[in-house]
Amino acid sequence: MSQFKEKAKILNAEEIKRILQRLTHQILESAPALTDIVLVGIQTRGVYLARRIQSIFKETEGVDIPLGTLDITLYRDDLTTVGVRPVVKETKIDFDLTDKVVVLIDDVLFTGRTIRAALDELMDFGRPKIVTLLVLIDRGHRELPIRADFVGKNIPTSNNETVEVRLSELDGLDEVAIGEKV
Amino acid sequence: MRKSNNINWTKKDLLDLENLSKEEIELILQTAASFKEVSTREIKKVPALRGKTVVNLFYEPSTRTRISFEVAAKRLSADVINISTETSSVRKGETLIDTGKNIEALRVDIIIMRHNYSGAAVMLARQLKASVVNAGDGWHEHPTQALLDMFTLREKLGRLEGLNVSIVGDIAHSRVARSNIWGLMKLGARVTVCAPKILIPPAIEQMGVRVSHNIEEALAGADAINVLRMQFERDKEKAFPSQLEYFKSFGITKERLKSAKKDIIVMHPGPINRGIEISSDVADGGNSVILEQVTNGIAVRMAVLFLVAQANDYIKTKK
Amino acid sequence: MKLIIKNGHVISPADNLNDVCDIVVQDNKILKIGKNLKEIADNTIDAKDKIVMPGIVDMHVHLREPGREDKETVSSGTLAAIAGGVTTVVSMPNTLIPIDSIENIKLLKGIIEKKAQANVFICAAITKERAGRELTDIMKFKKEGVVAISDDGASVDSAEVMLKALKKAKDAKLVIICHSEDKFLSASGVVNLGFTSTKMGLRGISKESEYKRVKRDIDLAEKINASLHITHVSCLESVEIIAKAKKKGVAVTADTTPHYFALSEEAVWGYDPNLKMNPPLRTKDDVLAIREALKQGVIDAIASDHAPHTENEKEIEFERAEFGVIGLETELSCAITYLVDEKILDMSELVKKMAINPAKILGINRGTLGVGRPADIIVVSKDKEWVVKKNSFHSKSKNSAFLGKNLKGVVECTILGGKIAYVNTNSHK
Repeated sequence: MSQFKEKAKILNAEEIKRILQRLTHQILESAPALTDIVLVGIQTRGVYLARRIQSIFKETEGVDIPLGTLDITLYRDDLTTVGVRPVVKETKIDFDLTDKVVVLIDDVLFTGRTIRAALDELMDFGRPKIVTLLVLIDRGHRELPIRADFVGKNIPTSNNETVEVRLSELDGLDEVAIGEKV
Repeated sequence: MRKSNNINWTKKDLLDLENLSKEEIELILQTAASFKEVSTREIKKVPALRGKTVVNLFYEPSTRTRISFEVAAKRLSADVINISTETSSVRKGETLIDTGKNIEALRVDIIIMRHNYSGAAVMLARQLKASVVNAGDGWHEHPTQALLDMFTLREKLGRLEGLNVSIVGDIAHSRVARSNIWGLMKLGARVTVCAPKILIPPAIEQMGVRVSHNIEEALAGADAINVLRMQFERDKEKAFPSQLEYFKSFGITKERLKSAKKDIIVMHPGPINRGIEISSDVADGGNSVILEQVTNGIAVRMAVLFLVAQANDYIKTKK
Repeated sequence: MKLIIKNGHVISPADNLNDVCDIVVQDNKILKIGKNLKEIADNTIDAKDKIVMPGIVDMHVHLREPGREDKETVSSGTLAAIAGGVTTVVSMPNTLIPIDSIENIKLLKGIIEKKAQANVFICAAITKERAGRELTDIMKFKKEGVVAISDDGASVDSAEVMLKALKKAKDAKLVIICHSEDKFLSASGVVNLGFTSTKMGLRGISKESEYKRVKRDIDLAEKINASLHITHVSCLESVEIIAKAKKKGVAVTADTTPHYFALSEEAVWGYDPNLKMNPPLRTKDDVLAIREALKQGVIDAIASDHAPHTENEKEIEFERAEFGVIGLETELSCAITYLVDEKILDMSELVKKMAINPAKILGINRGTLGVGRPADIIVVSKDKEWVVKKNSFHSKSKNSAFLGKNLKGVVECTILGGKIAYVNTNSHK
């Protein structure tokens, strides 16, 4: 396994918090109606980001936005090449997607392949009216014609660099760092 | 969460539970939990094994296990071919290895095999690069049945560690019993096997189980009971007790369950012999999870197929 | 034709030899043994740093001819023998055409005369077709040069028939080699009965099926003061019964095979049919008992029970595979690896178990390096290691229980009747 050699911190906890508030606002502004919005987080960090956005909605608008989780392992196109044998995590969408505005949420947008898989899986669950994409970080290097609708921060990177998003629920603190795999 | 990510499945085959670690068994059960959701979707299919070919190679007639594997493979988008001895060249005297190599030459990825000889799957797996999943070999093991039993138990009771599980029936000739014993012991359950003396194989205590010849004793304090199918048709030497005698002494009835824990879980690998090893009111009663076992069988088998396929792909890319 | 073997460490307890010296062989006999012999010979073998000992006498070998030449022939089996340092084999009678009549003995003798590459002595059947009912012409067999009788692969179930056989054998001065197994008890078992049969889900062969028959056979022999030999002893209880009988003065001798002193039942847990034999591999305690019995002299001899089978009969489902393993080419290395290296026996005792004692039991003029004796001699690199592989074997069959094992001891040269019959040219050995 390669190790992460950190070069610089990109975001701290306070900045992440403000970005999520801003992104929540943008969702609200773009959606035709509050009741049409549903959130779907991609395992693992996308799920935690989705939960935070869900609670911002609750605080600011006083509404419970439905939240689903998606594990895209079974839809990946690189099962045979990934180094670590992935563990299949929970997929749970226990509400109807038909005619909803789905906000798909992930931590980092990179090649776009994860999002391709997520879209395929989502379609097996129903026929949403619109699917939008929210990411905390967009680091470029797309391999598919996919773009995000809501971006927390654009971070230009080189191919051998990686971006690590750390969230307190999993990692003990909130921050985003850039580094290299060594 | 982090911790579980570090457990990898690296085996191309699933042959037995005896040689799996506790962690490997837990990984299968955990993966199965995720797969269970797929069967509840409107579109009960994921593309994980798209383009893979799975062969059900059955040397013994078995409808339920074969169908369960077939459904599992199809829900993973694999193509499934069923071969039974009636339709194959096995009847013409082809050896197991030759049959296996011929199937492999068709670029099949996974062979699911049921065989009447103990050790047949182990032997086939040694000779092939394709994955082999043991769907029951002789009296030896039936790992996916035990895994689905354990999955069902854990789902019902939240844990396996510390549970008292009694397995009742023809232990001597049961692959289901052997796999359950290894699996449950590894995950920290206490296992009792209960049968007339003639149906208990020698030195089974060395597997770590308690032996009882008294059904009341086996029921007392048990959190769950796994009732094995009595296969009187196999008793060519007429050494077994008669069906009636067996039911009288070992049959699981409502009356008998009164002395057991109120919420004891009653399992059976199926197909059930009503009135022989289990009475209808128990089989259909509130303690029975027999149909849930069938449902869970799909999830467990999906998990197994997914894990072995993935491991084998990885082994091949490394070479 | 004169041959000299120089500077080897000669071990021949029958001649009180355990020292570096030279051996001169003329024609087919040993001419001289001594230090620094100045002898002009046609051929010289440099045996410096090597062991020189009498050729092995293996009293339990299945050459499969006549009838199953696809498994082994007299020619291929004896070639395997000399490659393994075995200069004398006893051919067991359970061939497809059983050696149960003068006619069949003559048939086999004819083949041996033409094809054998080592000394082959014949063990004939006790009963016709080895069916355990009608005795063969035991008295006449002796005159044909038969050295022992046995229904190997089966035991004579009827005590009455067995008693008659023992009487006749005694009169004929032939030893009976007993495959002691009560088939009613072993039934259709394939592995050791107990934890192994239970966990593998296979039918078991109990130890009772062996030792109860050992006991019966010894009791019968004792009754009429006959001698008998128990072959392939595999378990502690049999050892105890034999030890007791020997103490009482019963004329019983016994052999065991390398797999019973080298391997225990755990080896078969992987369902490899190359570890399937009858009797089956027993427990670790049994292995220890067999080793101790060899040390204490309760077991007199080591034999291979060389049982060749084709891959078609072995590389199949465990329960369907034939019983038996080959052993001629590994027995000496196994004895060195598992007995000498583990200090159960020293080399001198090993020579007793593998040459002197079997020759004595059979009453044949072998096992020594005395002047005037037949020159069957082997030169061995005792500490040289080799890995057992399918292509290591000269035998037609490859069903060895030791495939993949690292063994010590390599036969460098085999001299049979004064002639160099085999020289190791295998670069892996």
